[in-house]
Amino acid sequence: MIAEKKIIKQKVDEEREGKKKKREIAIPGEKIVSGKEYLPGDGTVREKDDIVARRFGLADISGRLVKVIPLSGIYMPRVGNIVIGRVEDVTFNGWILDLKSPYSSFLSVSECPRYIKGDLTEYYDIGDVLACKVVSVKHKSIDLTIKDRGLGKLDKGLIIHINSNKVPRVIGREGSMIKMIKDETGCEITVGQNGVVWISGSKVEDELKAKEAVLFVANKSYIEGLTDKVKKFFEGKRGGKK
Amino acid sequence: MAYTKRIDGRKFNETRKMEAKVNIIKNADGSALFRFGDTIAIAAVYGPKPLHPQHLRNPEKGLLRCNYDMISFSVSERKRPGPTRRSQEISKVSEWALTPIVELEKYPNTVIDVHIIVLQANASTRCAGINAAALALANAGIPMKQLVSSVSVGKIDKKVVVDLIKEEEDYREGEGSTDIPLAFLSKSGEISLLQLDGKIRPKELDEAIKIGREASKEVYEIQKRALKAVGEEK
Repeated sequence: MIAEKKIIKQKVDEEREGKKKKREIAIPGEKIVSGKEYLPGDGTVREKDDIVARRFGLADISGRLVKVIPLSGIYMPRVGNIVIGRVEDVTFNGWILDLKSPYSSFLSVSECPRYIKGDLTEYYDIGDVLACKVVSVKHKSIDLTIKDRGLGKLDKGLIIHINSNKVPRVIGREGSMIKMIKDETGCEITVGQNGVVWISGSKVEDELKAKEAVLFVANKSYIEGLTDKVKKFFEGKRGGKK
Repeated sequence: MAYTKRIDGRKFNETRKMEAKVNIIKNADGSALFRFGDTIAIAAVYGPKPLHPQHLRNPEKGLLRCNYDMISFSVSERKRPGPTRRSQEISKVSEWALTPIVELEKYPNTVIDVHIIVLQANASTRCAGINAAALALANAGIPMKQLVSSVSVGKIDKKVVVDLIKEEEDYREGEGSTDIPLAFLSKSGEISLLQLDGKIRPKELDEAIKIGREASKEVYEIQKRALKAVGEEK
């Protein structure tokens, strides 16, 4: 038993240190790895000894956990996600938002930080864009809140849509990518987990530059060392102007 | 005269040249192209998305909707656009062929729309369509248990052959021609489509399924390569 554990640990260490394995494309129904020591994560299942992919994406083995990083697909809400949605309908006790997800989401009056009285359309009307947080996902009905910092109605600025699977790359490790784009352009940017990005700056040129940068990251999300590429991208922009 | 040599010079168990490509339609959530020689089919997947009309919604699992159509210039004599009895049937059987592979339980109350369009037809269009649709579903990031690979087999006179062309389908001499479109699940090997147009003996049908299964493995390899190529081009 102990010996077995040792072997597992050795294997895991080798995996971690050894030439950082290039992530390979996984195909639904295809075996990713074989062995009892591996654990199936998102997008995978265990079938006897094998870990089998259940969707199309990049197979990622980190330590013992095997998962498939999706390359495509629609947004499925999770509790805690910050999302950007457009008001689709106003009911007597809240708003229905379109989150670019297959399920409709509801923002209740009680989840508003302000005291709301009378006609709800005086606060948020159809077509308004709000940054919200997902508080619960029950039976596929999504409840939202705007009781937090930075949430609420988004005035002015521009909205762009990217694939929700590219959001982690746009944000970068611990927000490094988005911070750089913010600093370079001087724009305020909110990236919704549902792939809606809101950009607002004092000048339209800055906003367009930020938009270009976000789309650049989203389209090149597979490249390694993307942060440096984006840095070069901004340098090129600056050079071109002079 | 017995059918001893194929019209286009292929071996009896040889398919036409196959080609598959993924991500060909930018506006769709997933898309693919599949060709068997002169037969070209494209497929586009949209969804999962909210299902309308509401009475079709199922709180236990999602719905897979297929729509097969041939474009008007796909055949030698112009096909009148719009649904026909034939296209409705093929839409339905494609749906049945694809449903077992998709994990619809993960998306209750929604619909996944699959649109299959035949750009150029020379027999086996439903097989090319199903192959393209399977790739498009994978490309759309929809959870799937496995892929599905489809190929047509047939009996011409007394000979069992794979991947028929139009001339072979219309063969009238001897025992004539029998056309059997088949679809196999890539991993479990189960059959999700089997239609039969013509006459065949039980023993010959067994043989036809056997060579169909072999050919479907080749189709699967082509599909696999198409999906793997997504990573390389990027």
